[in-house]
Amino acid sequence: MSKVTMTVNGRATSGDVEGRTLLSSYLRDTLGLTGTHIGCDTSQCGTCVVHVDGKVVKSCTMLALEADGAVVDTIEGQANADGSLNVIQQAFQDHHGLQCGFCTPGMVMSAAALLKDNPKPSESEIRKYLEGNLCRCTGYHNIVKAILAASGQDVSVVAAE
Amino acid sequence: MYNFEFERPSSVDDAVQSLGGEALALGGGQTLIPALKQRLNQPDKLVSLTGISELNGISMLSDGRLSVKGATTHATVAEQAREHYPALADLARHIGDPAVRNRGTIGGSLANNDPAACYPAAVLGSDATVVTNAREISASDFFTGMFATVLSDNEIITEVRFQVPSSANYQKFLQPASRFALTGVFVAKFADGVRVAVTGASENGVFRWADAESALSANFTQSAVENSSVSPDGMISDLHGSAAYRASLVKTLTKRAVAAAS
Ligand code: FES
Ligand code: FES
Repeated sequence: MSKVTMTVNGRATSGDVEGRTLLSSYLRDTLGLTGTHIGCDTSQCGTCVVHVDGKVVKSCTMLALEADGAVVDTIEGQANADGSLNVIQQAFQDHHGLQCGFCTPGMVMSAAALLKDNPKPSESEIRKYLEGNLCRCTGYHNIVKAILAASGQDVSVVAAE
Repeated sequence: MYNFEFERPSSVDDAVQSLGGEALALGGGQTLIPALKQRLNQPDKLVSLTGISELNGISMLSDGRLSVKGATTHATVAEQAREHYPALADLARHIGDPAVRNRGTIGGSLANNDPAACYPAAVLGSDATVVTNAREISASDFFTGMFATVLSDNEIITEVRFQVPSSANYQKFLQPASRFALTGVFVAKFADGVRVAVTGASENGVFRWADAESALSANFTQSAVENSSVSPDGMISDLHGSAAYRASLVKTLTKRAVAAAS
């Protein structure tokens, strides 16, 4: 076992992990932050997306020890300080951007990274950015709408409600 | 995954010292970690290259070549190579998805030499030089077949030096499930001739299409390759596309790349 330390959602954390322990396992099993989901465990679905040093990564395809010393942000750290939903989360609720909700943590984390780099993305930029995030429920239109809305743009350009 | 030791050295020398035996170098892990999960490999140690600052970055060399350090991510190439070598930046911008591009590295991709990976086409098409801790290897000597290169077990790709063509384009026909190229063609026009490198098609991995190169060197237009064709012998055939389909894609994509690069 090796010791790993990282700042997760602003809090210093540490734990003992094996070489093979995935970042997703460290977050879920060691820290109990189960908002980061494991859909595929093969780097396809994006439900495990978190930010490492501000960049989106698939936490199922990164070792915990690779994130030693890093700043990690997960869905649990996204709400506003008073516990209310942040702009992106609220937009997902308002525009029915989720049904079962399984993909949602990854979608929200990807959306947050996109809007940080590109505050007013076009519909096609949003769709392209989400190519590594799969949703089996919504058909994507409402997710795209939610992200457009969160960026303060008109959502009527997106096809179906 | 079987367990392994993990090391994260901060210099190339230390990384080389740590390799050997059953140890493996770990780039961004976007291929190796999934492979380990499937128990396709059983290293006793992984030596991460992502903590080595001398392995990261992009710069123009005084001889006009573009240097990309071995552990530079696809996302960094997509962003920082744009002003120097737009076709290379564009290729990097279409590898995998944003999360994969933030981790995957050029050295990892080349050392793995997946027969459908994008970077090998750019490296061969740009007549690049692969630099390791031990030597400099010309692109034409580097790739030796599917998932095979001339690298030895304790050799690390430290840098790739690209010749920058006057114009170039990469056309990737996406295999949408894997996000690899079903077939991809990199066309690069240099003062002394045109290079055409094909990935995703051959069972031997990336290759140069010599007929198209000579036709395009004489006349850089789509019609120049009209009468050329590649043989489907030795092409990959799977549920996504037959050998004949891939052979046909090679020509179609070459023409599209020429049109885009003209
Ligand atoms: S669980 Fe990581 S990409 Fe699906
Ligand atoms: S809401 Fe169910 S998978 Fe996306």
